[in-house]
Amino acid sequence: MSSQDIPEENLPAEQDAHGAVSVADDKDPFADPGLPPHEHRIQDIDERAAKRSERTVAMLFTVSMLATVGFIASYVGIPHDKAIYVFPIGHINALNFALGLTLGLALFSIGAGAVHWARTLMSDEEIADERHPIEAPPEVKAKVMADFKQGAKESALGRRKLIRNTMFGALALFPLSGVMLLRDLGPLPGTKLRHTLWSKGKLLVNMNTNEPLRPADVAVGSLTFAKPEGLEEHDENFQTEIAKAALMIVRLQPANIKDKRELEWSHEGIVAYSKICTHVGCPISLYEQQTHHVLCPCHQSTFDLSDGARVIFGPAGHALPQLRIGVNDEGYLEALGDFEEPVGPAFWERG
Amino acid sequence: MSTNTSTEARRGKAPAGERVADWADGRLGIYSLAKTNMRKIFPDHWSFMLGEVCMYSFIILILTGVYLTLFFHPSMNEVEYHGSYIPLQGQMMSEAFNSTLHISFDVRGGLLIRQIHHWAALIFLAGMFVHMMRVFFTGAFRKPREVNWLFGFLLLVLGMFTGFTGYSLPDDLLSGTGVRFMEGAILSVPIVGTYLSMFLFGGEFPGGDFVARFYSVHILLLPGIMLGLMVGHLILVFYHKHTQFAGPGKTNNNVVGMPLLPVYMAKAGGFFFLVFGVITAIAAIASINPIWSMGPYRPDQVSTGAQPDWYMGFSEGLIRTMPGWEINLWGHTLVLGVFIPLVIFPLVLVAIAVYPFIESWVTGDKREHHILDRPRNAPTRTAFGAAWISWYFVLMIGGGNDLWATHFHLSINAITWFVRVGFFVVPVLVFIATKRICLGLQRRDRDKVLHGRESGIIKRLPHGEFIEVHEPLSQDALHTLTAHEQYKPVEIGPTVDENGVERKVKGTEKLRAKLSEAYYGEESQIPKPTVEEYKEITSGHGHH
Repeated sequence: MSSQDIPEENLPAEQDAHGAVSVADDKDPFADPGLPPHEHRIQDIDERAAKRSERTVAMLFTVSMLATVGFIASYVGIPHDKAIYVFPIGHINALNFALGLTLGLALFSIGAGAVHWARTLMSDEEIADERHPIEAPPEVKAKVMADFKQGAKESALGRRKLIRNTMFGALALFPLSGVMLLRDLGPLPGTKLRHTLWSKGKLLVNMNTNEPLRPADVAVGSLTFAKPEGLEEHDENFQTEIAKAALMIVRLQPANIKDKRELEWSHEGIVAYSKICTHVGCPISLYEQQTHHVLCPCHQSTFDLSDGARVIFGPAGHALPQLRIGVNDEGYLEALGDFEEPVGPAFWERG
Repeated sequence: MSTNTSTEARRGKAPAGERVADWADGRLGIYSLAKTNMRKIFPDHWSFMLGEVCMYSFIILILTGVYLTLFFHPSMNEVEYHGSYIPLQGQMMSEAFNSTLHISFDVRGGLLIRQIHHWAALIFLAGMFVHMMRVFFTGAFRKPREVNWLFGFLLLVLGMFTGFTGYSLPDDLLSGTGVRFMEGAILSVPIVGTYLSMFLFGGEFPGGDFVARFYSVHILLLPGIMLGLMVGHLILVFYHKHTQFAGPGKTNNNVVGMPLLPVYMAKAGGFFFLVFGVITAIAAIASINPIWSMGPYRPDQVSTGAQPDWYMGFSEGLIRTMPGWEINLWGHTLVLGVFIPLVIFPLVLVAIAVYPFIESWVTGDKREHHILDRPRNAPTRTAFGAAWISWYFVLMIGGGNDLWATHFHLSINAITWFVRVGFFVVPVLVFIATKRICLGLQRRDRDKVLHGRESGIIKRLPHGEFIEVHEPLSQDALHTLTAHEQYKPVEIGPTVDENGVERKVKGTEKLRAKLSEAYYGEESQIPKPTVEEYKEITSGHGHH
């Protein structure tokens, strides 16, 4: 479409004085020149361009309709377990892909159509509207204040203090019932956080094989996870119990154990530590064989298992609790008691 | 009767639409409402769309969320999995996880809706963040909009917690780790921490209650409050009318733009579909929160690279980089290593929430402001905002310190130390740098007004000198560049009166004067060109 095709009468009027680039005003060159003149779009002056826009908008709406049909067809036609390969995403679920793209297209086309319609065919002339101050004029304020005073006076709230004070008392007290009702959300802490399932004579059961561990099962350099004997995945409290009782077992050369108590509580260099990080309770699961460091993958607290599991880096505040272990008559590893201190994150009553 | 007779006489009955409208008007008064609002003017600027992105993603969240509730079972009863995802068959998992797998693998379109829901949540939070920055840097929070700023801030904070409770619901290994982190943080609260934790979880962690409790918080309590806040936010936007940037014809007393009907309605309504369409397409091609590959939650298991959703990243950074301080006294433990981050977490947010009140106190300006500031024209505010963002991002780096370490082959200890130091140093550096940049831009604006635009044309003068031709600006541009106001610093005035009696100056007054000097003193703004300067340069000796 060249400009020759535009009918003469539709051309914007010759740029008049206030339409031309305004020359700085003599008095105040920075003064507000007022709204710039409206500039016509091609659609405003050329009906053929407007028609083209109309067709574009209609096409977008039609695309949306087709996409919705496509959505229904995909829903019915594509098996929900079919995987397809799409470059560069990889193998993905075909149904999710088809449903998402058709629905996305159906929605997007409606939006694109509406916006194109607004931008090309609806009037784009800017209009100025007046603002009014948000705050009320003084007369209104005076009226409100007078009304309020009248109302307050009629209620006699200021004069009859007994009513006022008892009312405040009643209103202040009744929410206490609501607070009371929250009491049974949970039990009181008591000493719950201080005890775990471990006790004297409980066997250390390998988490993966579900078999009791013998010292020979723990090789130097390996990391073994264990749970107390008798705790099974199907138990009702399994999650809550394992959250405290989870154990990690490593074997060190007894000569490498720097901490005296650690050595005492170990068996042939096998040491058992709580797996629950003393920072905020993530399970520790990264073990560096050479250095005997374990690292919590959540917040990177690092503990030295050859030195009483003291913190050597990261945000944890104290060492991992150690479980005292030994071997029973049948040669299985057993606990010699519960942890001496609470496992997991520190808390106010921990001491 | 009499009003209707003329139309009835002509055409018998009014058109059906009009009759419905009449019916509604007689009961709801819609004509008076439409009179003020139907042709309400909305200024146009790309940045005004950011708030719309938030609103629309919130609507999308409600729509998709309702659908998800039809299939989700908020229960922590342990069941054995027998669904169609083979790798997990036979595993023990909570019903919540089981039903999420069901939605993802056995409900047609369920995965799509889940992914739209999660993507919309990320975009909602990101949208609010960016929208808030837009409002901040342009000074749109000034009177009369401070309350709306607080509404928006509350929406952001509640949005974060709604997001957190939402992604905890599937009870997968990743989200369960996040809940455990929250429990550890609650335990660190002095005196009442253990009680709070027991009450929240119905006993020891994880117990069997938190999914059901988070569920009612996530689908009812928080979104209910947010819906109310959002309606209030919109009512205030309507009532205050939109802000606008300075420009020809735009004043503090008018609002220039397009009417609600039809242009704004078509654009904003269409934009809803654009946002919905884009989020849906993202959900079709980009997998999010693939809970099946993480597996069900077990308190004794974890994966590496565990990350919260992005908007919780800064709290993760706080907790990861804080030194592990613990004080044991009189049989009690003060877990500063966890409690301090827990206290700083809201402070980071509150710092930005209270800013409008601090600024209005410093300026003492009681007028309404509807013309937006260009960020450069409020250097101290802009520098403060930029410093805040840098603070936030330093913490986000801390939150992903393991990923930074593995992806960029850096030492995790070095990153952690960088964050520890950067937490204090980076915002200060960013503040200084941003302020300098703003002042530089102000100088350039001043130059442009006084000497014109650099045209890129080199001219040789008769005596051989080369100069660049500067083209004078149009009055539109001159006005736009000089429309902003410049505050004068507050002065305390003489503290001793003519009789030599000393006047008491309150400490707050001194502080205010100091802050005001920092905001609007000579160091902090370039005086904008005056008409006299302009005339002196443009008249007479020609310019270059």
